[in-house]
Amino acid sequence: MRSHFDEQLHKLNEEMIRMGSMIEHAIEQAGILMASRDAEHARTVIAADVEVDRKEREIETLCLRLILMQQPVARDLRLVSSALKMITDMERIGDQAADIAEIISMPVKGQRYVYPELLQQMGPAAGTMVNRAVDAFVKRDVDLAHEVIESDDVVDALFNDVKKELLQTMKKHSEFGMQLLDALMIAKYLERIGDHACNIAEWVEYAVTGTYKGDKL
Amino acid sequence: MTNFAQNSRAVHTPGQDDAGTCFNIQDVNLYYGSFHALKDIHMDIPARQVTALIGPSGCGKSTLLKSLNRMNDLIPGCRITGKVELFGEDIYAPQTEVNLLRKRVGMVFQKPNPFPMSIYDNIAYGPRTHGVRSKVKLDAIVEHSLRKAALWDEVKDNLKKSAMAISGGQQQRLCIARCFAVQPDVILMDEPTSALDPISTSKIEDLVLEMKNEYTIVIVTHNMQQAARISDLTSFFLLGEMIEMGNTDSLFSNPTDKRTENYITGRFG
Repeated sequence: MRSHFDEQLHKLNEEMIRMGSMIEHAIEQAGILMASRDAEHARTVIAADVEVDRKEREIETLCLRLILMQQPVARDLRLVSSALKMITDMERIGDQAADIAEIISMPVKGQRYVYPELLQQMGPAAGTMVNRAVDAFVKRDVDLAHEVIESDDVVDALFNDVKKELLQTMKKHSEFGMQLLDALMIAKYLERIGDHACNIAEWVEYAVTGTYKGDKL
Repeated sequence: MTNFAQNSRAVHTPGQDDAGTCFNIQDVNLYYGSFHALKDIHMDIPARQVTALIGPSGCGKSTLLKSLNRMNDLIPGCRITGKVELFGEDIYAPQTEVNLLRKRVGMVFQKPNPFPMSIYDNIAYGPRTHGVRSKVKLDAIVEHSLRKAALWDEVKDNLKKSAMAISGGQQQRLCIARCFAVQPDVILMDEPTSALDPISTSKIEDLVLEMKNEYTIVIVTHNMQQAARISDLTSFFLLGEMIEMGNTDSLFSNPTDKRTENYITGRFG
């Protein structure tokens, strides 16, 4: 029964996985850019964000059509409403990866500041959170979702360490002033990406169990 | 005789949150001949709330509804065991006067069933049966009942018109007004909007939400969205068993039983 509805839910699942892989790719590229500082490559990452935005619109339309036409309840409603919430975070992750690329694509006057190792570590750390949040959705794995939420502390701790290091550098090397501010912006974007991954994980838990941040919705 | 019209009538306090238990149903089994239609039903139906009974055709929900004012007594071969208490009184006790029980527990059916008489006489019929003769009193009851059923403004200039000549939606609200006229505690509704258009359905649903301030409503519906819109509690029935009962919000967002989930999401039934 409801085979057409089930087909549409299957399509929603596939589209979510597709959008998930797009943002995983974007954040991975942002990490590569932090080391390579390749402006040309950065521009391709910025351009790719348009596709993430388009995918968000497609999924949003699909969800709204499902709600309108199929009036889902119970697990179906949880899946559709979670997807609607998750794509907002996924789109923001795409934006922030593009923002990092945009900073890197800008020309630097004078000597180039090499990003500290801790900042370079933040990229993979936030990227892993995103990968695992998407994975938790694909597998409907609540335990994995919890692990993602817990791992946000790692990214937050890295962010604090990066801030301290940048502050020390600023005191000694005022000539890097603007680049240090850019590095701080990048660190903040990565920290926010970790937060968005947490949000995704929280909606995964809701989709599977009906519990959101400890409350039954 | 247990006088259900006078004994232990619920004290109506509009807006009161916890008005106690209206029906206490214990270990009820019901048989139509050899067919076991209701199996070991235990449930409490709270007063002045809307309780929806849902489930596929033949699951026993209408049978349970009819057992709450002993409409099943009229079916040959019907046999019931267990206990159904209305505000603490066993409605199947031998001394129960069934007419008075049905005065207290009114019923609205799937198809509007106005009597073939005027709008006025439809409403006045019940009070007259129970001894009201004063024209002034009857006029007041008719107006009050029709106002409560949100029908007064539409029919006040045509009270002598045949009830058969008004629309289906108006007829259904007339049937609800007819219930009001005898001051019931409970109104049972068996798919009350399934024969109505969306606007008439919406009027009945609005009415139900207002009614629960004064009455206990038990409604059988096949419309999941309707149950979600108007009921406080929902109970899911399958093959004569009550599978799950809970707050409507919880049951429709996160049912605990897989069979409930499969039914409300349309995977069977």
